[in-house]
Amino acid sequence: MLDAIGVGSLQEIFERQIPEGVRLGRELDLPAGLPEQDVYEHLKALADRNTSSEEELSFLGAGMYDHYVPAIVDMLMERSEFLTPYTPYQPEISQGGLQVMFEYQTAICELTGLDVSNASVYEGPSAVAAAGYLAKLHNGGSRFVVSAGMHPHTIETLRTLAHGYGMDVVEVPLRDGVTDPEAWAQAIDEHTSAAIFAQPNFYGAVEDAVALSAAAKAGAETDGAAPAKTPVVVAQVDPIALGVLAPPGECGVDVAVGEGQSLGNRLDFGGPSFGFFAAREEYLRRMPGRIAGETLDVDGRRGFVLTLQTREQHIRREKATSNICTAQALNALAGVVYLTWLGRAGIVELGELLLARTHYAREKLAALDGVEKLHDQPVIREFAVRLDVDVAAVKRRCAARGVNPGVDVQALSGRPEDEGVLLVAITERRTRAHIDRLVSAVGAAIVAERAKAVAEQAVPA
Amino acid sequence: MSPPTAAETPLQRQRAQTIFQKGARGRRAFVCPPHEVPDVDPQQLLPTRFRRSEPPRLPEVSEPEIVRHYVGISKRNFDLDSGFYPLGSCTMKHNPRLHERVAGLAGHARLHPLQDTERSQGALELMWNLQGALAEISGLPHVSLQPSAGSHGELAGVLLTRAYHEARGETRHKVLTPDTAHGTNPATVTMAGLEVVKVATNADGGVDVDDLRAKADGDVACLMLTNPNTLGLFDPNIAEIAEIVHGVGATLYYDGANLNAVMGLSRPGDMGFDIVHFNRHKSFTQPHGGGGPGSGPIAVSDRVAPFLPVPVVSRDEHGGFELDYGEHLAGTKTIGRLRGFHGNYGCFVRSYAYICSLGGDGLKDASETAVLNANYLLALLKRKGLAEYLPLAYGELCLHEFVLSGGPMKRALQIKTLDLAKRLLDFGFHPPTVYFPLLVEEALMVEPTETETKETLDAFADAIAEILSEAAADPEIAQNAPYSTPVRRLDEAAAAKRPVIRQAL
Repeated sequence: MLDAIGVGSLQEIFERQIPEGVRLGRELDLPAGLPEQDVYEHLKALADRNTSSEEELSFLGAGMYDHYVPAIVDMLMERSEFLTPYTPYQPEISQGGLQVMFEYQTAICELTGLDVSNASVYEGPSAVAAAGYLAKLHNGGSRFVVSAGMHPHTIETLRTLAHGYGMDVVEVPLRDGVTDPEAWAQAIDEHTSAAIFAQPNFYGAVEDAVALSAAAKAGAETDGAAPAKTPVVVAQVDPIALGVLAPPGECGVDVAVGEGQSLGNRLDFGGPSFGFFAAREEYLRRMPGRIAGETLDVDGRRGFVLTLQTREQHIRREKATSNICTAQALNALAGVVYLTWLGRAGIVELGELLLARTHYAREKLAALDGVEKLHDQPVIREFAVRLDVDVAAVKRRCAARGVNPGVDVQALSGRPEDEGVLLVAITERRTRAHIDRLVSAVGAAIVAERAKAVAEQAVPA
Repeated sequence: MSPPTAAETPLQRQRAQTIFQKGARGRRAFVCPPHEVPDVDPQQLLPTRFRRSEPPRLPEVSEPEIVRHYVGISKRNFDLDSGFYPLGSCTMKHNPRLHERVAGLAGHARLHPLQDTERSQGALELMWNLQGALAEISGLPHVSLQPSAGSHGELAGVLLTRAYHEARGETRHKVLTPDTAHGTNPATVTMAGLEVVKVATNADGGVDVDDLRAKADGDVACLMLTNPNTLGLFDPNIAEIAEIVHGVGATLYYDGANLNAVMGLSRPGDMGFDIVHFNRHKSFTQPHGGGGPGSGPIAVSDRVAPFLPVPVVSRDEHGGFELDYGEHLAGTKTIGRLRGFHGNYGCFVRSYAYICSLGGDGLKDASETAVLNANYLLALLKRKGLAEYLPLAYGELCLHEFVLSGGPMKRALQIKTLDLAKRLLDFGFHPPTVYFPLLVEEALMVEPTETETKETLDAFADAIAEILSEAAADPEIAQNAPYSTPVRRLDEAAAAKRPVIRQAL
């Protein structure tokens, strides 16, 4: 090969191209390479030092959920034809991937009740920031009004990215567990580019999406004169709840985004998963990311292509609607296969199951001495309670019984008002017996914590 | 290659039907578990005003139908496991299956991101080790694994550059990018609230240093550079470029898309870069998945380290690992969070397994072989007399990829780069990247990667030679290609003019 190239050595190729001053000139200081089986053992040993949701009874949620992933999802994701291609730049040999995107977009439009969907974005919180960018491009406003019921990671992400494109973020507090309607209406004015809330919100409560959307549109209207631009109403939605919950498109929402992990994706310690991004037709040409569209080939056969690419960075460069160039194609495949597996009836049945079991768990837990509901709003598959003892201590005691009772909200949000709040997620993998075990573990932990406090008080100073 | 015939192939005869067009009312795969809990009035659970009135019209199909449908359409994809994929700038190297196996272990795949620190030590140690390895590979000591893709890493890099200048009481507005840059660079700059200024390319394909010097002033926040650049060329003036950029107080950003050329050979940190993003799906074998997921960690120099996105993994005084939101990061002024949780951990597992498999010398070996393969293929095309039609756009040698110009081919043989690309599909090859970079006429960007054999490279060169000689006899063959793919050339203009982006139900 060197003869063909016409060089005496491999080194010569580098010496002729990389200036000596910036050549490394030593070996990388990394451990020596290992045979496959040793790498497996090492990675297995690391995995064994983690407690997965297979090894404890987990009620963790707060953005990612331990739903059952059907076997066909794994099988299809492992297929070389889906796992190993690049982005479908050559449509003639990428019809499989492009059709998956087209089917995925159809499923997301159906779920959300909106007109258009892209082929997916990175994940949930950054999807909200991407929706904010769309709103800024659309109406040129200077401010985002966001409900404090958004996931803390979403608000933090939005702040980071909104600072970049020059927007302020104003938070509206909760009242009775949901976005305070008066404060919401008051915060929205003619400078508001987007009004953003979560459905259900971070504390599990179902928001009045119709009222929030209407108030956002009305809030921008100034005395008598029609507003030049109304805010874009953005909802971050839990997709698995949409089997029972009114779709955002029917609630006056303009852009619905969210975390897709619940739909057939594994936990993976937080990623990769996918974010979905759906909108009303009028926002189509400002959408970020890949979009698959239908067309015909020269012989008249139906086919699919990446379309509306003039929005995108590789064509529009600095005028692009986003810098994003990957979708989360493989994760979105898992999403559409999962939704197909659930099917038209199944997604409703699953929603009803989650409603029933979550209600049961909430009532049982709230009946314990030392536990109260954080709010009385309807919940779907997650709810918050307030404990009158230290949440971290309760979690430790439950862990000793193989139960992870949920998320210590204050540790996540850092908010003083979240002291004592435990967020409990119920998926279809958690049976009644599991829930009863949770209730008994939390009950016992509270009793023990109280006893400990009494004992400590009794010790003479 | 036999001449094209009019007969349809079996895959072509199978017209595309979506899953929404299959099945029948009442068919299903999912069996709902029993509720097990006492019945409660549905109104009490969720009042009607919050409820959906009609179920979403999802498909109604059985499990065998789902499997047959998706396996069927998968066969309408070309993939890396099936054949050569020399897509320039995309680094389509083999994806070892060990990575899928270890990423699928329950301790990784079923680990909740909010699991307690003491019960996720294995994951945090893996992230810590990976941070260290990426620091060593890049020569930049501080790493955040958070960004979800290369483009997300770029955004982090430009945002932290902006924060760095703001912390020094300076507002700078401009970011310089060469005209050869990936489209993500200028798009990112706009999203970070800054303005793009283009720097010209010199006759050798590198940064035009005079133009850079003329444009580098106190209003420049950063220069974004890919090195080797999108022409596959290492910029020989990199030291001088770094000096000019640092001389005006700006940062130097390294787009890591082409890192596969220089692992263990040259490090961005040693070249004077302040920030680098890695494309884990390129150099570090995360499978591309048909367009994601990716992962785009960044490594940075001391001076911009305080602005790194959080969390990063730190080590506590007892040797344990923890997620650090700034508590232990010296003088942190973090730009904040870029997404939920800690990044694409599943991709971390795969790239960490890759680094463990190869080790330091193996990574160097990978880059050396990638460069050898690219130069061999380039030389082979020349030897076959093809340089007359497809000359190298710049330089004589290349690093991991090279860019040919199809201009002479178009004039001599009446076929465009696009036609050559489409005809390659009939030969069972994925074409190279076409029409990028923009400054090369009829560009064809070829990146063979280190995991291809000499035999494959020979076969690819033979195919190019055959297509050109076929074109000399009859250019229409390539102009109307492909013939054997599941569909033939598609009307992209019509798709964009009247977008149909969902199945009518």
